Formats: sequence, structure tokens, C-alpha cells
Amino acid sequence: MPAPVITAENLVKAYKVKGKPDFLAVDGLSFEVAPGESFGLLGPNGAGKSTTMKMVGAVSTRTSGELSILGLDPDRYGPEIRSRLGVVPQQDNLDGELNARENLYIYGRYFGLPGKVCHQKADELLAFAQLEDKAKSKVEQLSGGMKRRLTIARGLINDPRILLLDEPTTGLDPQARHVLWDRLFRLKERGTTLVLTTHYMDEAEQLCDRLIVVDKGRIMAEGTPASLIREHSSREVLEVRFGSDRNEQVAPQLEGIGDRVEVLPDRILVYANDGEAALETVTHRGLTPITSLVRRSSLEDVFLRLTGRSLIE
Amino acid sequence: MSLPSEDATTRVQPSLDELRDEAMQWGRKPRAFGTWYVTEHMVRAMRAYGWTIIVGALGQPILYLLGLAVGLAALIDAPITQNGVEVSYLVFVAPALLMTAAISVASEEFSYPVMAGFKWRRYFFGFSATGLSPGQIAGGVISGASARIIVVVIAYYLFLWLFQAVPNPETGWLTIPIGLLAGLAFGIPYMAYAASITDDKGQVALVQRFIFMPMFLFSGTFYPLATLPLWLQWIGWVSPLWHATELGRVATYGLPMDPFVIVVHVGYLLLLSIGGYVIGRRMFQRRLGA
Repeated sequence: MPAPVITAENLVKAYKVKGKPDFLAVDGLSFEVAPGESFGLLGPNGAGKSTTMKMVGAVSTRTSGELSILGLDPDRYGPEIRSRLGVVPQQDNLDGELNARENLYIYGRYFGLPGKVCHQKADELLAFAQLEDKAKSKVEQLSGGMKRRLTIARGLINDPRILLLDEPTTGLDPQARHVLWDRLFRLKERGTTLVLTTHYMDEAEQLCDRLIVVDKGRIMAEGTPASLIREHSSREVLEVRFGSDRNEQVAPQLEGIGDRVEVLPDRILVYANDGEAALETVTHRGLTPITSLVRRSSLEDVFLRLTGRSLIE
Repeated sequence: MSLPSEDATTRVQPSLDELRDEAMQWGRKPRAFGTWYVTEHMVRAMRAYGWTIIVGALGQPILYLLGLAVGLAALIDAPITQNGVEVSYLVFVAPALLMTAAISVASEEFSYPVMAGFKWRRYFFGFSATGLSPGQIAGGVISGASARIIVVVIAYYLFLWLFQAVPNPETGWLTIPIGLLAGLAFGIPYMAYAASITDDKGQVALVQRFIFMPMFLFSGTFYPLATLPLWLQWIGWVSPLWHATELGRVATYGLPMDPFVIVVHVGYLLLLSIGGYVIGRRMFQRRLGA
């Protein structure tokens, strides 16, 4: 097992709040990321994922705990660590006054790359991001998905050892998300270490080898997407809807079907290894849902189980 | 479709020691030259409004000098007397115009790019994810703005000289470094303020209206400061424009001045610049490292 490229132990970030005790955005996270691994932080908005990413990105200083990136302490070696990272922030921060190619070029200069190398890499990365025909376009003229791809391309200009992606596909339409996933998957195949935060379970399932489920600055669970689902959920889920005012009322009559029943405002989830069989039992009990759906368990179910809350609120 | 890194099958993950050494190596250049990388970016971004810069740098002096030399100076026939020296109105007003131009450019270059960097387009957050430090980003903004200020004051100085508004060219050229200092003395504290704005309510426009304009009117620009009643003179005393203009007058036409007063003028401008930098750097650190 190669030495981890990221080691966090009891990582804490506290923010001062006037007249109140300190707010712990990150409250004792411990994790390791192996080289070449694709590691995810899954959690709802405000879980402390972005704050963790800023600390791992050697931008924000930790309040306490231990953190080592590429074998270096970010408090002391911030510029050295950042020189070997690629960062794709949640909010695009490209320079709108420069065109796509210039954005890549100038970013390369920040890493001390010679102008010639920056030009060459800018062209390679425009191709990788499928933006060759937009090279001369001002950033403001690009679509949301194109800007994201350009930001990812920019994050690769220094051939980073670790690529940090904070909510890479938030706000993108499904097609743009798939194009982006494809690009990230290629990076993963090439052995780039990826660390990403997301509140989309499908994204985590697609891209992460291993992930931690984070809520309120703490780790709720850790493992591969499959093992998390195995451990914290059933194989299948039956979703039934009886109408939003009737769900609560019907729920007690579903007791005993499957392993567990979860009532959400708009639907009831029945966790069972055989969803179809569970649905049959429901109808045998004389209940007729307005709609029913049998699906595989997802990380969303894991999160719901662990926190009692939905990921997207 | 090719990716800049090698294929996964041939790629062997390096050891942690190798990664650490590599990072130490990569960190050297940004640590040493980071400020210049930001300067390069700032100057590149200026090309987007390059014509505004050129037309402003050439057009403004021409308009002012024509208006004042041909218009107002003809009306104000009597020479201006200050510290016992009599000069024509144009010669009197010329250094003030140059300093005003320097500060005017500074008020643009230290506000809009800073607001854009933190707030409008957030590109400073992109810079800070690289090997650069917040202090280097602040430094790059300053040197980028300085580049434009220098271009403007040199152009202005040449026009003053052409319009025969510089009786002592042997010291008159000193208005160029003084102009730069004037721009920095106003601009760097302004940068610190702009960096502190998290909620944009049009503060930049307010500074223009309620700080820059009164400063322009009450800093001994068009008439000696002593002409004003004492209760208005303080505006000049705190204004970098007045201190710089006085120094400019010493340089262009030899306004008599006690060396101690010269030191006070220079010292005040340096104090604003350095004080602004210390506070500004802290603001950049706070904004970028939270």
C-alpha cells in the first residue's frame, strides 16, 4: 500500500461568531487518500465539505488537528503544496476579461511555467476540454458547462498530483454533467488522484472509489459506494406514494414489510431485499398506492439512514 | 484526444519523498516571482480596455492643457504668487494636473480590479489556489497599477513640457516619480478599503464622488491652498494630492520650500502607501484564507 498523499487527523476548523460559541464547520475529520485514488466527500450543503477542501487545498488554515498534503504541512509549505494541486472551485473564478486560451496561459504562468510551455499546454487542455473552437471566445460568452470544463482544464495546467473538485457539476444540465463526468473519468484512468465533494449521490457513485459521508462537520460513514449501501441500506427500495396528506396515515399499515419503512413528506420508502415482493405484500394488505417504483438502493438512502435527512433539502 | 500526462499503464505512482521533493522544487518560482506573475496578469487584462488607457493618457492632458492654457490662463492674466515666487497660471496649475491624473488613474486601477478580483468575478480566489500568497496578489495589483500610472504621468509630463509649463526641466522630470508616489499614496489605501468590501453597495462610486472630487477641488490644485479659509484647508493637508502637487511645484518651477517641509510631504505620501500596504495585505489574507 503506497503512502497516502493526503492525511487528515482530527481536522478542525472553527469560525468565530459574535456573542456565540465558535462555530465548528469541520469537527474532527480523519481520513487518508491514497495516490491515484478517487476520494469523495458526500454530504448536504453546509456539511463542511468546502471548508475541508479549502484546508486540503492549503488555502484556509486549520484550527487544530494534523494535516499533511504530499508529505508537507500546509501551514508551512502552502505555496509548495498548491503548486502541485489542481483546484476546481465550486464557483467559477475565471477571468472574464481574458479569452479561454488566455485564461489557461496566464494560469500556467502562476506556476512558474515558461511562456512556451504555457502555450503548448493551453492548446492540449483546450482539446481535452473539447473547447478548441472556443479558444478565442471571452469567458463570459461560454455556457455554464463550458466554463466548468475550462475551469477543470485550468486546474490541470500544472499536471497536478491531486485534483480537488468542489461540487464539480452543481448547476449543470444532465448532458453537460455527463460530458464532465467523462472527462473526470479519463483523468481517473490516467492515475490522477481526485478528491471531490458532491451532494449528488449519482455523481459519488460514478466517480468515487471510496468516500466519506459528512454531516455537520463530522464523518458519519466511510467506505466504497457499494459497501456503504450494503452496510447501511437494503438491496432494493420500494417507493410508494399515497398522496402527501395520506402518507403519514398509511405508514403504520406498512409495518413489517421489508427491513425498514421511512416516511418522507411526498412518499414512503420501504427498504427490502426484494422490492417487487414488498410491493406485492402492500397490495395484498389492500393498499393501493397512487404510484409505486422499485429501484436499487443508493447513497441517498445511506445518507437518509445515517442522518435522518435528505441530501438535497 | 490527448492528455498532458502519461498513460495509466505506464504511470508508476511516485513515493511520498519524491512527491515532497517535487513540491519543494515547484514552490521555488512562485515564492520568488509570484508578484510578477500577478503583474503580468493585471497588465494583460488592461489590454481589454487598452484604448481607453491610451486615449485617456493622451487625450486628458491635451484637453486640460488646451482648456487651461488657451482658455482659463488667458482669463487669469495676473501671475500666481506662492511662497514669494510669481509664475503664470499655467505653470502653477501644471504639476497639479499631472498629480490629479496620476491619482485619477490610481482610483480606477486600485478599485475596479480589486472589486472584480474579490467580488464580481472572484479571480483572486483562483490566483490564491496556486503557489501565490495573498501578499503577492496584493503586490501584483500594486505593480500592475503602477505600470499604468507611470505611462500616464510620462505622457502628461511630455505634454506639460511641450506646452512650456515646465520652466525647470532639469528637476521637472522628478514629477514622474512624484506622480507615481501620489498615485500609490491614494491608491494603496483605496485598495485596502476595496478589499474589505464584502457587500457591494456602490461604495466605489461614493469614493469617486465624496473623496476624489472634494480632494480635487480643495487641494490647492487651481489656487494656492492658503487662499482657502483655515476650516477648509485641512482637506488639503490630509490629501495626498496637495502634498504631491507641492512637491511637483518644487520640481517644475522651483517653488521655494524648507527642506524639512519637503521631507514631511514625501514622508506623508510614503506613510499612506506603506500603511495602506500593511493593512491591504492583511485584508487580502483575511479574504483569501478564511
